[in-house]
Amino acid sequence: MAGSRNKGNPGIMGWIDDRFPATAMWEDHLSKYYAPKNFNFWYFFGSLALLVLVNQLLTGIWLTMSYNPSAEGAFASIEYIMRDVEYGWLLRYMHSTGASAFFVVVYLHMLRGMMYGSYRKPRELVWLFGMTIYLALMAEAFMGYLLPWGQMSYWGAQVIVSLFQAVPFIGPDLAEWIRGDYLISGITLNRFFSLHVVALPIVLLALVVLHIIALHEVGSNNPDGIEIKEKKDENGVPLDGIPFHPYYSVKDIVGVVVFLFVFCAVVFFFPEGGGYLIEAPNFEPANPLKTPPHIAPVWYFTPFYAMLRAIPPLFGSQFPGVVVMGGAIAILFVLPWLDRSPVKSIRYKGMPSKIMLVIFCISFVILGYLGVVASTPGRTIVAQVCTALYFAYFFLMPFYTKMESTKPVPERVTG
Amino acid sequence: MKKFLITLVMAVLPLTANAAGGSGHLDHMDVDLHNQASLQRGMKTFVNYCMGCHSAEYQRYERAAIDLGMNPEVVAEHLIFGDLKVGEQMKISMSKEDAGKWFGNPPPDLTLEARLRGGDWLYTYLRSFYADDSRPWGVNNAVFKDVGMPNVLGSLQGIVKANCSWDEMNAHGLAGHGIDPLTNTPLNSCASVVDGTGELSPQEFDKVVYDLVNFMVYMGEPSKLDSHRIGTYVLIFLFLFFFLAYALKKEFWRDIH
Repeated sequence: MAGSRNKGNPGIMGWIDDRFPATAMWEDHLSKYYAPKNFNFWYFFGSLALLVLVNQLLTGIWLTMSYNPSAEGAFASIEYIMRDVEYGWLLRYMHSTGASAFFVVVYLHMLRGMMYGSYRKPRELVWLFGMTIYLALMAEAFMGYLLPWGQMSYWGAQVIVSLFQAVPFIGPDLAEWIRGDYLISGITLNRFFSLHVVALPIVLLALVVLHIIALHEVGSNNPDGIEIKEKKDENGVPLDGIPFHPYYSVKDIVGVVVFLFVFCAVVFFFPEGGGYLIEAPNFEPANPLKTPPHIAPVWYFTPFYAMLRAIPPLFGSQFPGVVVMGGAIAILFVLPWLDRSPVKSIRYKGMPSKIMLVIFCISFVILGYLGVVASTPGRTIVAQVCTALYFAYFFLMPFYTKMESTKPVPERVTG
Repeated sequence: MKKFLITLVMAVLPLTANAAGGSGHLDHMDVDLHNQASLQRGMKTFVNYCMGCHSAEYQRYERAAIDLGMNPEVVAEHLIFGDLKVGEQMKISMSKEDAGKWFGNPPPDLTLEARLRGGDWLYTYLRSFYADDSRPWGVNNAVFKDVGMPNVLGSLQGIVKANCSWDEMNAHGLAGHGIDPLTNTPLNSCASVVDGTGELSPQEFDKVVYDLVNFMVYMGEPSKLDSHRIGTYVLIFLFLFFFLAYALKKEFWRDIH
């Protein structure tokens, strides 16, 4: 146990360790946390997500110092940050680009888990904490997007909050309760600001801690989907495990540098990201009397937005679409219990699993694209097909994972 | 599966052509934020012609002066007409309430107009006014139908007579067909400047608009000058650091098989 180790040592660390398990924690989570030695490209995105989180927290703190959370002053204060605050433009672009980067790395991180079965027993809680992080992240991003108080901020929030209006019976009251007003107003801006800079970051940080503690309790999965803890040497060290520090800390630095290269290229040269990271209508202050011709959510929400639009209204209510959209996220939570395969990794699963995963990914990307563009009857059909395929991946999983023939799993990890 | 893929391609292909559309034909202009002479001329035009009605309430005179290589005192003397200090933003004396009453809508603040519309849009819009007696100001615009703004640069450009429908001019552009090098007249059959009504030749006028839009693009994001300079060093550093990081990783992992 952490509490009884490293006691009675000399020096400053000894003094601390007698009172606080500093060295024990360092060992448990870094220098004696044994990770499989066969991590590949896909294993960079966990640490990158942590890096982006720190980026968001730090730039967010400094932005908050100059931001004015009021309907009258918000838009002007963003331009104040962009022009009059020293390096304010850099803080702002790091934050706005960081939001998109967060979703890029989180989506890739989740795909990694889906490929290698990292959600399977005993890692169900790691997956559930991770999914809750994703949910909190979506709320955090949505509320943050209102703060610049531009046209797209305003109307995007109007559209998303009005989804709650589609809930039968309590809908209108619910939407009004969320907004704190009959429409999006300065009151909504104030509460979103509070949630964005205080409440949700606390929740996110707590969830990240839970995610990592749960992971380090059961140990990391790997591309082969086998348990390295089953084969240990005489000291109890997994034969295929290597200490996270220094091996993966130095390896992750390489990943961080490559990531930062792309990230900084966007921050310094393409901060608007072709209108996908900062949408052009957001350069006009929010105007409740003027609806922009085309309201599109930011790219990381568009797959779900496309699903919402693909579902036809029932009895004049958009509620079915809202249910499908919510269901698309909710079903990810139960993924650990849908997969009945005897193997974890896609490497040893059968052809049906591989095809379904590819179809799932393609559908998700197409939905993301369709959510950006205006809808036409033809596109709606494509969106409906993709929505069906998205759900088919989950609903059919208990069957195809059980019925398909799998390849034999190796005893020890492969390269 | 195959059928689905074909349907998919059929549905997605036309989108790519569509994505850029929306406001009809736009003439392209190459923004050059390093051409200080152009930016300075653009600022002069902006102050003299636009700021009668439009503010630039996030842009400070002094910042523009410094970024554009001008002495702030000279700017204060020649480009500030009211009692504003050079450190203040480029505000106007017309109040939004009054402007709303006079024009129907108050003229928008223009600090971020180039980021909202894009340089090409502004460059085309400002050159697409034509005479239309049915409109209150006597002009319409081939980019922005029934626009509420008069052709402020009309004294420079002259009177533009149009003989095509609005849709046609919107789709193909009013001045989009260039200038005939022999006769020095616009090749476009849709619209022509009435001789002797403008102070400038069409080429000179295009240059004035180019400088103006160039300045407006600068004004939309003054930090761009800094960010490109700093960003270059950051990327060079990261590129070099990559080799160091990779060598470090290689060294640590030497005995892991």
